[in-house]
Parts: sequence; structure tokens; C-alpha cells
Amino acid sequence: MIAEIGLDEIEDLAIGSAFLGTGGGGDPYLGSLLCREAIGRYGPVPLVDVEQLADDDAVFGAAAMGAPTVMIEKLFSIDDQDRAVRSLERFLGRTASAITSLEIGGCNSMMPVAYAALRRLPIVDGDGMGRAFPQLQMTSYNISGVKCAPMTLADEFGNVVLFETDDGKKAEDLARPVVAAMGAAGCMSCYPMTGAQARAASVPHTLSAAIAVGQAVAGRRYGDRAPVDRLLAALREQALYGDARCAFEGKITSVERVTRDGWVFGTCTIEALEAFGTAQVAFQNENLSVTVEGKLRCVVPDLVTIVDSETARAIPTERLAYGQRVSVIVCAAPSQLTSPKALSIVGPQCFGIEEKYSPLAKLMARVAPYR
Amino acid sequence: MRIGVDVGGTNTDAALIRKREVIAAVKCPTTADVGSGIVAAVQNLMRKAEVEPDSVKAVMIGTTHFTNAFVQRRDLTKVLVIRIGAPASRGVPPFSGWPQDVRDAVFGDSALVTGGFNYDGRPIGEFDPDAVSEIACRAADAGITQVAVSCIFSQLNAEHELRAQEIVARVAPTLEVSLSSELGRVGLLERENAAIMNASLRPLAAKVAAALSDALSRLSLTCPLYVSQNDGTLMGAKQLIRHPVLTFAAGPTNSLRGAAWLTGQSDAVVIDVGGTTTDVGVLSKGFPRQSSVHVDVGGVRTNFRMPDIVSVGLGGGSLVRRGDDKVRVGPQSVGYALRDEAMIFGGGTLTASDIAVASGWADFGDKKLVTSLEGDILEKARREMSRIVAEAIDRIKTTPDAIPAILVGGGSILIREAPAGVSELHRPDHAEVANAIGAAIGQVSGEIDRIYTIASPADKEAAFAEARQLATERVLEVGGTRDGLEIVDLEAIPIQYLPGGAMRVVCRAVSDLAATEAHP
Repeated sequence: MIAEIGLDEIEDLAIGSAFLGTGGGGDPYLGSLLCREAIGRYGPVPLVDVEQLADDDAVFGAAAMGAPTVMIEKLFSIDDQDRAVRSLERFLGRTASAITSLEIGGCNSMMPVAYAALRRLPIVDGDGMGRAFPQLQMTSYNISGVKCAPMTLADEFGNVVLFETDDGKKAEDLARPVVAAMGAAGCMSCYPMTGAQARAASVPHTLSAAIAVGQAVAGRRYGDRAPVDRLLAALREQALYGDARCAFEGKITSVERVTRDGWVFGTCTIEALEAFGTAQVAFQNENLSVTVEGKLRCVVPDLVTIVDSETARAIPTERLAYGQRVSVIVCAAPSQLTSPKALSIVGPQCFGIEEKYSPLAKLMARVAPYR
Repeated sequence: MRIGVDVGGTNTDAALIRKREVIAAVKCPTTADVGSGIVAAVQNLMRKAEVEPDSVKAVMIGTTHFTNAFVQRRDLTKVLVIRIGAPASRGVPPFSGWPQDVRDAVFGDSALVTGGFNYDGRPIGEFDPDAVSEIACRAADAGITQVAVSCIFSQLNAEHELRAQEIVARVAPTLEVSLSSELGRVGLLERENAAIMNASLRPLAAKVAAALSDALSRLSLTCPLYVSQNDGTLMGAKQLIRHPVLTFAAGPTNSLRGAAWLTGQSDAVVIDVGGTTTDVGVLSKGFPRQSSVHVDVGGVRTNFRMPDIVSVGLGGGSLVRRGDDKVRVGPQSVGYALRDEAMIFGGGTLTASDIAVASGWADFGDKKLVTSLEGDILEKARREMSRIVAEAIDRIKTTPDAIPAILVGGGSILIREAPAGVSELHRPDHAEVANAIGAAIGQVSGEIDRIYTIASPADKEAAFAEARQLATERVLEVGGTRDGLEIVDLEAIPIQYLPGGAMRVVCRAVSDLAATEAHP
């Protein structure tokens, strides 16, 4: 078990969270620099299992919100994150005893770790998505009835906006234009919870899972196997993500993208190299589904990540390009995301997909594994 | 007439061209001082072509000297970094992510001051002239000579960087200033890194520029001197002193550009086969296609314009070994020891060059030493070499259509037939000095990269018109001419997670140098 996140774990966490970002969630690179800086200065961050949380612990969610293109200019500052959390603490009259990540996939896995270092608080080994999703209401917390708001959003000038609403989707809709007014990059604190709530509502063990995946991809574990096999082995070790398998292997032959309302929609077509067959991965910032020869093999909230076949590193949707040799890795979503209630919040219909959710195990039941 | 010189790690190549003709080309060993190697190469060249110094109108030099200096951490100078953008960006200070050894060699001091801009042009904070002045004076007193200035969204609005430069020039005139807005594109950390790397190389650049102009006077050449940049265009010696970092990718770029000129192809794949590796790049409208991903130089992340290159381990010195059912070629190579170890030179190692000679594709060394090779291994090795190249080509293409390919470099004898995915294979004369030719034919360019709000087709039109205008102005500033000026790149890229139609617009214009003869 990993007891704390120190400098050695940062790179692994970045690699693993890029995989769990399922093609979206932003590049964890800048976040990893932020963590290096913070951990170098304040020391390693204790990792606390959700089961170890006391009932009356005060758990605060931390995240960056905004446009990745702007974040790579304005970078980040944990002081802004601090202002968001402190302000929410003041409003609630409670002081944080642990910090949690809302989204393990992509760059949002990083800011909470850096911030926990500053506060010398533990970080919860868990998050609200077990992957990446594009909107604030799409969390296991919301699914379990924990409210997103009260929520705070802070910019670099000490401006903090407090939102009070009962509805997670409303919080998302209200926050988006405020972030734009803040210069399209801000820090937020939301989903304040007791330890008991966090225990019941989190997707557990996602930080340690991301680190394990990162270690495997980087070759620090299962060193004698090929990179994609190492990745699959690490995923299969996680109770959280079932049925990890390679759904398709081949070469990207086309990528089509359309932008609507600030979101990028698209399809990536992959053709097999050593056999016949075509796969299509649909994405809306994150990958949503994969079909092979027209047959659905995996659909959101189950995870679809396109990785480089040589290195097993995740390829974000904006970097997909003709000619890349890729493997489509799929695994089952954590069970928190697949109940009927959950599917009304993070299911295929929430992304404009008509087909009903069907678990990966069923869709792939009769398919011979690639690896 | 113009002379192109390519100063590589091993050889200094020179080529003399007139309009569309290569008059002569030579290869000489590179020397440690750079200058004497150039003098020797150009002397040989002029003797061979029987030309007088005053008929040479320009000398263009491509060199990997600065890349090598940075990668090997030699001749680097300490730098003060002033980042303008507080209160934003504090969590990731300058030098974040740098390997310790190069950080130790370059870190002078670092400060974050208020100022900078948002994506929509609103200022983040008020620029603080007093803070800049104080930091500059303190650095000058501490013996620092180089300053790198970066600013949030400075490629959108360079005002704060320019003001910082003015202040430093006034209060601490011994300091030289490198601005991030003149070097990189969107991505503060990478653009700032480019400015820091640039600053750390400027004293070396001054020395090299002096050596180059000294070499020219030793050769009695009075014509202007230009240096190749990453994107295949040229800069003057004065700009080299200010922006050495812009030469980082000149090597592969010149080889691609030279290949285009030698064949007249403007959209093609270029296969440059060397002793150990084969570099495959793409020409689009006569220029190398630029990489869209971050490029690490010496372990430091940058985002300047670099050609997109796929490098595979196949070259003239590649080892050929028999496996269970197939024959492996490379990636291990005998490299420079080819003339000792290859079978055609009496050695005991089977190399790709031996296969080419035994197959009758090339004739060097002693052909008799490879007559005993069986047809089976020859056939399998040839097929494997062809497969390696075909796969590299496929990786770099953007569409499944077959496209023309141009073969250059000393190892081009390894490829006989057009690999899969290639519509026609060009094998031009003088392919072995394509780099020097690429330097000789350099043009000048101007680029802009900024964010516009585009809500309607009219907005897009207006943004494109302004982008064209600004790029054109930049070309003229660097010695270009309106005749034959061409917009080679103009695109709008949507910004994700942001309502309101914000788009990054990138525009690049090129033209011939006003000072020299035009060429196609």
C-alpha cells in the first residue's frame, strides 16, 4: 500500500491519471510540476483510505476549472486554491481535515495533492469520478445525494464567488460563465462532505490505482512484459476497474472533429494492421464509446482510452492523428457509476448517445481477447 | 550565386548554387572552432567551381552548434528570469521541470512581477516598472549579464515584455534581454523556457557570429551572411546574436528544404538515410510540416517551431542479424566504424551497406568480400529494410493516399524501390549535400499566433485579414520582399471548454530575401 504521495509518486500519478482521463481532463504535466514544487517545499502528502476517515472528518473537494489552452498560459497557483477552500470553510464554519480530488482523470488529479501539501492535510485515496467527466454534476457524490454546493470559485486576485444551489447541473451552468469572466482559469472548492459521506459517496482507491497504473506503464512494475501488457496487468489488479482488456489494436486512419458550444465532438477511425477490421472511437473531449465492425464494445461510463501501442501512454483526443499505432484499452467503470440513478447523470444519454448503457462484460462476452 | 554551408557534428558540407543549378559541392571535416572548417570547405568549393569571391552574393550557414552546446551543457551563461503575470502562475515558477544539471548551469535568479494579460486581452494586473528596475539593478550588481523576460499571453500582447526591456536597458545597460514573445507560442512555461535557453546561449552566439564573419573575411567574401532557422528560413548575423535558440532544428529542416529544391517537389515525404538512423519528414507547400507536440531539448520542454520527424534505426552501418524466421536490420549500428567493421572493408560484421553492395545497388569497398552471402539472407534483409522505411513513412503521413518521396543522405543506397505508400521515388543528384543546399535556398518568414473571438464568418474574415497583415509586416521587417510573398499557413484552432468562440489563429508568411536574386 502507498502511505503517502512524495516526489517519486508524482510522475506515476501523472501517467496513470492521463490513462484514467480517457482522452480528456487536460495534460497532467503542469499539475505534476505544481506538485513537485509544493511537495518539495512542504513535504509528502499522507494518503488516507476512505475507510480510515472518521465520521466527523471535514472533507473538501478541490479542482481547477477552465480552458486547458488558458491554463497553459496562466499556469496554476495553490494560493488561489487555498482561497477557494478557506472561503468555503468560513462559510460553513468548519475546517478541512482532509482534501479530496473530484476527478482522478487528467490534470485535476494533481492540484488537490499540491494543495493538501500546502495545508499539511491528508489527501483522500478516492475521488468523485474514477475517471474524467466534463461537468461538475457528473460525480459519484452527486449520485449518492451529496450536494455540489455550497461551492466557491477563486481567481488570482482574491476574488471569490460563492454559489448556493441544490442542483449540481445548475452549479455547472452558473460556474462556467464566471470562470470565463475570471479569465477562463480558476480554482474551486465544492462537494464539502463529512468523513461518513465521503466514505459512502467516493469512488475509493483511485489515487493508488492511478499510481499503480503509472508505475506499470513506466516499467517500474512487470518490467519483463510489453508496455500494453503491463498496463492491462496493473488494471486487472484493481478491484475497482473490472474486465480490463484491449478492445482493438491498429492504426489510426482518420480523425474527424467538430466544435459546438465550446466542446469538441469527434470520431477516430482505427484499422487493424495484422487482421481485417475497423474500430471507431467517438469522443466529446473524453472518449465516449468504441465500436468494432459496427458493434458496440464499450460505452460511457465504462472507460475507453486510446494508448500508444509501443509505450502504452494515453493519447489525449486533441493529439489523435493519422498513422499512430494505437491500442484501445477498455475497462468497466467503478460500480458507483453504473446504477440506474448513476446512469441518469453519467450514462450514454447524458452525452447524446441513443444506445442504452450495457456493461462492458456483456458487450465483450463473446469477443476473443486481443491480449 | 550563393553558398550554403551545413556545419554538422562530423562534416562541414558546402554547396554553390546559381539560380536552379548546383555548380559544385564539397565535404570537409568539422573543426572544433567551427570557423576553420567553414574556411576549408568554402575554399575547396570556390577552387572546384573556379569562382571569384565577389561573384558570391550571400553565404547561408546551417549549424547544430547551439543545440549541441545546450544538450551538452557547455558554454552556457547564467540567466535572470523576470516573469510578468503575478498574481497568476505562482504555483509553477520559472525553471520548473528542468533537469538539475542544466538548471545549475543556467539559473542566475528568478522573479515574478505583476502584469500580463488574459486570453481576451484584459490585463491581469498593472505592470510594475519599479519592481523590474529593482530586480535588474540587483542582478547587474551580482554580475549577471543575461535576462529572460516572459509574460502571460505575451504572444497576444507583447506590451509588458517590451516595457520591461526598455526599463532594463535604461537602468542596467550591461544586461542583454531575451523576450519570450519573440521566440515561442501559446504555453507560458515552454515559451519562457525558450527565452531562458536563448539567453543562456547569447554570449556563445556572439562568439560564433564573430568566428563566422572572420571566416568570411579570411575568404575575402564581402557579401552578407545568413544563418538557417528552425523553420527553414534565414536570419542575419545580428539576429543570430539575439536569437540563437531559433537555430535548434536547422539540421533536419535544411535537409527537407534541400530535397524540395533538388526535385521541385513541394508536397512529399523526405527520407534522409544516414549511418545509424533514417529521419523521415514531410514537406507541405515546400516547407517542413511542424510538430504539434512539445519538443524536449536537453531535457527542457519547449514549444518552438520544429519539423515533425520520425526517426528509425536504419542506416548504412546498421547490423544485419539472422533471427528464427526473419532477418533483423538495426537499430544497432557500427556507426563511424563502418570502414573498419563492415565486410566490404574486410571486417567481420554484416551491415546494411554490405547488403546494398552484394545486391549490386552500390559499389564501394570490396565487392568480392560479400559474394558468399546467400540469396536468402539478401532477400530477407532487403525486405526488412523496405518494411522499416515504409512503416516510418506511414507514421508521418496524414492521409492514406500514396505520396511522392525524396531520398537524400549518404545511406540512400539502401533503398532501391519505392516503399509501400509512395507514389514515386525521387533520387536527386547532390542528395548527399541536401543540408547545405537547404541552407543556400533559405527564405525569410514572419509568423503570428494569437487568440481572437470569432462568433461569425465576418469575424473570422476580419481575424484572418489582420493575421495576414501582421505576418506580412513581420516578413518585411526581417528583410523580405512583397514580390512573391506567400501565406504558407493560416488556420483557426478552437479553444476547448470556453464558450463564446475563442479561436487561436496562426498565420505564417514567407518571401525571398530582398537582397539576393530571386529563385523559385
